[in-house]
Amino acid sequence: MPYKGKKARELPKEELFTQGHRACQGCAGALALRLILKAVGDRVIIAAATGCMEIISSPFPQTAWRVPWIHVAFENAAAVASGIESALKVLMRKGKLKKEKIYVVAIAGDGGTADIGLQSLSGALERGHDFVYVCIDNEAYMNTGIQRSSSTPFGARTTTSPAGKKSIGQMTWKKNVAEIAVAHRIPYVATVCPTYYQDMINKLKKAANTPGPAYVHCLAVCPTGWRVSPNLTIEVGRLAVETGVFPLYEVINGKYKINYPHRRLKPVQEYLQLQGRFRHLTDEYIEIIQKRVTEEMARLRALEKFGSFYNNFTAHS
Amino acid sequence: MPKKIDAIVSWKKLNLGCVITEPGNAREFLTGDWRTQRPILDKDKCIRCGRCWIYCPEAAYKEDEEGYYQCDLNYCKGCGICAQECPVGAITMVLEEE
Repeated sequence: MPYKGKKARELPKEELFTQGHRACQGCAGALALRLILKAVGDRVIIAAATGCMEIISSPFPQTAWRVPWIHVAFENAAAVASGIESALKVLMRKGKLKKEKIYVVAIAGDGGTADIGLQSLSGALERGHDFVYVCIDNEAYMNTGIQRSSSTPFGARTTTSPAGKKSIGQMTWKKNVAEIAVAHRIPYVATVCPTYYQDMINKLKKAANTPGPAYVHCLAVCPTGWRVSPNLTIEVGRLAVETGVFPLYEVINGKYKINYPHRRLKPVQEYLQLQGRFRHLTDEYIEIIQKRVTEEMARLRALEKFGSFYNNFTAHS
Repeated sequence: MPKKIDAIVSWKKLNLGCVITEPGNAREFLTGDWRTQRPILDKDKCIRCGRCWIYCPEAAYKEDEEGYYQCDLNYCKGCGICAQECPVGAITMVLEEE
């Protein structure tokens, strides 16, 4: 990979996602957009679903994007991206457009991916369009005021899953959309976190250059919704990875590879105690979360070890 | 001060489909006035690793001729990520006083 082992200062200098966007202080989602554009460069067309990253970057009549960008409805980022990809293919075949590699990237939040846009994402992955779908997962509908989504983790307090005497917050576990994407047998699936910027840029570059659909799931810490101090955004992302709550892995043609964490897991307590949305959790519930995280990591490690037996399928080309 | 944006614009002045033809014009909106804390760089401690630059969500940091990263206070929202993530503690956050 071109950026493997590079220091921070050797990464591309060009800022294609400019200053002056209206994200909250310390927004990891805005940082993720910056890093995505550093990875794919300027030959790209972006389709962005409604969500935080759409409203902060394009308050009319201004835009923070320096690349072609389309705002689409909440549910159809993947459908629009597949349309763009098909149109580019046809125009290049008819000679109306110069033949070159133009990346197509669809960006949506966790609501636009796990809840509302799941059918169009599934359709686009199944049809095998050559595009990258990036889910910027801040684990609730932060744009409209912290409502729960199916990507909200167990025990988190949101405005529609409040914590109190009769409730501990979100009662269900986080939906694993990356695994759903793996189940489509697409050539490339990865999870990234902006804290590991080098890993993130490399994976996005890999995803963009993979022929066929690629799905990238990005954890974006939201200081406003998670009740974290803005300067701890990067640190919370690091703890999410090191405790095993959000392991970073990639699945290339069905073969798993865990990138982080490689050492022993830290206790989830360290991750939970920094966040106001988990403040009401008692030791009993932290124990339940710890058990689940350990099981999920064990499952992932088993998939990494034995997953190659199931590698005999043909991916989309 | 941010450039004044007219709240009421005639539809005849808008582009077809409300397309914005000037890429990256959000730069005209200076977000620096959201700030309550300001990062101060200590050049003696700085090792020029560039982590403040890569972790800045605002892209407010810019490399100068000597290779140090300087914060553009027109855009810095004062989140404090650079001070937190600096490996040598060269950046400190101080309160904005006016």
